[in-house]
Amino acid sequence: MQALRCSEGRIAVSRGASSSFGTFSRQASNWTAATSQVSKQRTLRVFPVLRLSNIITPNSQSWLQTRRQFSSTPASRHAHLDPPRSGEERRITFIDKDSHRTTFLVADGDNLLDIAQANDIEMEGACGGSCACSTCHVIVEDEAYYEKMAEPDDDENDMLDLAFGLTETSRLGCQVKMSKELDGLVVRLPSMTRNLQASDFVTKY
Amino acid sequence: MYHPRRLQKSTPYICASCTRRLASAPARISRNYALIRPASFLGSVQSRRSSIPPQLSSSTISPNLPSSTIPHLTCNAYSTATTSRGRLRVAIIGSGPAGFYTAHRLMNKNPDVVIDMYEQLPVPYGLVRFGVAPDHPEVKNCQDTFEEVAQSPRFSYIGNVRVGYDIELSKMAPHYNAILFSYGASEDNKLDIPGEDVPGVYSARSFVGWYNGLPQFQALKPQLQAGEQAVVIGQGNVALDVARILLTPVDSLRNTDITEHALQTLSESKIRSVRVVGRRGPIQAAFTVKEARELMHIPPVAFEPIDRSLYPSDIKKLPRIQRRIAEVLLKGTEAAVGHSPKSWALDFLKAPKSMHADAGHLSSITFTKQEFPLAINQDLAYLPFNPMAIVRPTDQETTLEASVAFRSVGYKSTPLPGFSDIGVPFDKWKGIIQNDLEGRVVIGRTHPISQESVYRHVSGLYCAGWAKRGPTGVIASTMHDAFVSADVITQDWVAGKPFLNQMAGENGSTGLGWEALKKGVDSRGVRPLSWADWKTIDMAERARGKSKGKEREKFASVEQMLKVLDA
Repeated sequence: MQALRCSEGRIAVSRGASSSFGTFSRQASNWTAATSQVSKQRTLRVFPVLRLSNIITPNSQSWLQTRRQFSSTPASRHAHLDPPRSGEERRITFIDKDSHRTTFLVADGDNLLDIAQANDIEMEGACGGSCACSTCHVIVEDEAYYEKMAEPDDDENDMLDLAFGLTETSRLGCQVKMSKELDGLVVRLPSMTRNLQASDFVTKY
Repeated sequence: MYHPRRLQKSTPYICASCTRRLASAPARISRNYALIRPASFLGSVQSRRSSIPPQLSSSTISPNLPSSTIPHLTCNAYSTATTSRGRLRVAIIGSGPAGFYTAHRLMNKNPDVVIDMYEQLPVPYGLVRFGVAPDHPEVKNCQDTFEEVAQSPRFSYIGNVRVGYDIELSKMAPHYNAILFSYGASEDNKLDIPGEDVPGVYSARSFVGWYNGLPQFQALKPQLQAGEQAVVIGQGNVALDVARILLTPVDSLRNTDITEHALQTLSESKIRSVRVVGRRGPIQAAFTVKEARELMHIPPVAFEPIDRSLYPSDIKKLPRIQRRIAEVLLKGTEAAVGHSPKSWALDFLKAPKSMHADAGHLSSITFTKQEFPLAINQDLAYLPFNPMAIVRPTDQETTLEASVAFRSVGYKSTPLPGFSDIGVPFDKWKGIIQNDLEGRVVIGRTHPISQESVYRHVSGLYCAGWAKRGPTGVIASTMHDAFVSADVITQDWVAGKPFLNQMAGENGSTGLGWEALKKGVDSRGVRPLSWADWKTIDMAERARGKSKGKEREKFASVEQMLKVLDA
C-alpha cells in the first residue's frame, strides 16, 4: 500500500527556498509541483518497481485506501459515478502536475470533471460543472482525440479564454463526456504555476 | 510544540476523534527537514536575532538515515500525521472566495491547521454574495465548496466581528501562529474630475452592492427616472454588469436573488440607452467576452456598431482573447439602434474631463479625446492593436448627454486599523498589502551597499485575493491565487520557518485563537456569530425567497439579519 501511494507521486519535499528572496516570483509556486528531481530519484531507489499506470476501477476498495485520507471535503461531495458495464469500459488517463499518470475505467457519458472528483484527482470545478468558470481546464495530450470531440461551443470557449496555460487542445473537463470514440483518452492538468506569470503580477517590485 | 493537556482543555474546535488521534499519537517527524535549507537572505536575518532557537535543532534528522526510515519521510505528503510543530492556528480575515479557498487548500494540505475565519458582516462569502451579478447564479456554485470547508471541525466562522475595530490585530496576534489577510478591496477608485459628486453620479461598486443587498448601500436610491441616457465610465466586467442590469427586462430578473427593493426601482427605470466609455480602444478593454456576448443577447436591446478602424483589417491575427471579443463586437446585434426600444454602445478613446449638473442633477459629461501615440516611434506602429498600448490626450473634446452615470474604474484595498502595530506594510500606491507575490507579507528596504531592494518576510503574516494582488480577475484567478498563498503557508510551516510570536521565546503563540479573544469582543457589546447562526439566516432568506419564486430574498440590513436569530 505504501508503495502504491508513493507511485502516485504524492511526495512532499519543500522546494527548499534555496534562492534569494527577491526572486520568488520566478519560482514555482506550487510546492508539490516543485518537487525536486532529487526526491523523485530517492523514491525510485526505495521502490524499484513503480507501477505508474495502474488501471484501477474507481470506487474499488483498494483504490480508496490508497488515496489521501485527510481531506476537508466529505465524501458526499464527490460525484457518484456508476461503474461501467462489462465490455463497455472506457479508459481515461489523467496526468497530474507532477507528471504522474493514473488511468480509470469509466462508463460512457461520464464527464471528466465528475470522473476526476470521484477519484480525488485535483480538479476544482468551482462552478459545479455549469461551464461558468475555468477551473476544470484540461489539456488533451493527443490532437487526434481532440479532433474526435465535438467543437467547444461559445460558452466553453469564453471560459477557456480565462484559463491559465491555454493550449490549442484545451477543454473544460465538465464539457467532455466519455464515449466509445474517446476510449484511451489522455488529458493533462495544467500547471498551476502559470498563475504567477500572469500579467497581474509583473513588475510589482 | 504541541501539548496534549492544553489541547484537551481548550479546543472545542477539534472533534473528539481528531483530539484522540492528536493526543495519542506521538509527535512524529514526517519530513526530512535536513534536506531543506532556509533562503539565504532569511537565514541571515534570523541569525542576527539571538532569541530565535536554531531552526529545528531538536527535530532535525540526520541526513544519514537508515534507508528503512525513508519511506516515512518522503512519501507521506498528505499523511494524517502531525508535523512536530503541533497545531497551526490561523486567523483568516475576510470570508470571500480568497479566504475560503485558502482555508480549503490549507485544510486539504496541512493536517496541523486549525482556522478561525473573521467576517465583518453576519453573512459570509464576500463578493460571491455581494458582487457576482444576480443573473449569474452558476458562478455562485463555489459556495457549495465553501459550505463544505465550513463544516470541518477544524474551521470556525466568526461573523459580525470587525477586525481592527471590534478586536485589535495586536491582541489577536499572540493567540495565532499565522494571520492571513483576505479582506478584499473595500473602496473604489475616483476619477478626480470636477463635478464627480453631483447627484446622479454613482460608483459602480455602490450600485452593484445596492442591487445585491449589501447593507452598506441600501440607502443609495439611484435616480433611474431622471432621463433615458446612462453612461458607465470604465470598461471592465463590473461596467458591463451595470449595463446589463440596467437594460435587462425586469421580469427576467424576478427569479434571481436580486433584492425586491432593487427590482422595484429597476421596474420604474426610464433608462433606454447605456453608453460604456473607455479611455483606450477595444483591444485594451478589460471586459471578458462572456459579458459582452450576454449584452448582445438581450432581446430588445440593440448594439451601436463600433468604429471598424479600431481593429486591424484582419482580426484573425489578434491574440485569441482579443480576437474572440472582436468577433462578438463586430457582429453586433440583429436589432438596429433606431428601431429598438433600448440600446447600448461602447465608446472608445475618451477620458472623462468634467461632469455637469442642470437643476441639481447630472446632465452631461465632457470627455477629452485620446489617441494612440503612433508618431513617437515607428517600431510601435502596431500599438493600437497591442493589448498593452497606452494613449495620450488630444486637444479635442466631446460631450455626452447623461441623466445618470456610474464610475467603474476599479476598486482598491485600504489598510486595516492596527496594521502598523503588527508590522504589516501597506502599499498605498498599488492599494495592496506589500507581499512577495506568493502571499508572504514582506517589508522592503534598500540594501546599504548594493542599493538593491531586499525583502524580509514578516513572520506568520500572509495575504490572499484582492488585498494581495489588486482588484482584478474572476473567481478562478482568486482560487489559484488563494491556493498559492495556502501552499506557501504550508511550505513555511513544514520548513520550520518562524511564525507569529516566535521572536519572544520558545513558547510562541498560545494557540488559543478565538477562544482567548471571545470575552474581549463580547464585553464591547459586539455579537459574534457562528456558522450555525449564518445557516439560520440562510434558511430564513431562502424561506422569504421561496414565496416569490426566488432562490433567496436577502436581508437588507444587519439588524434584520440579527433579528432572525432572536426569533
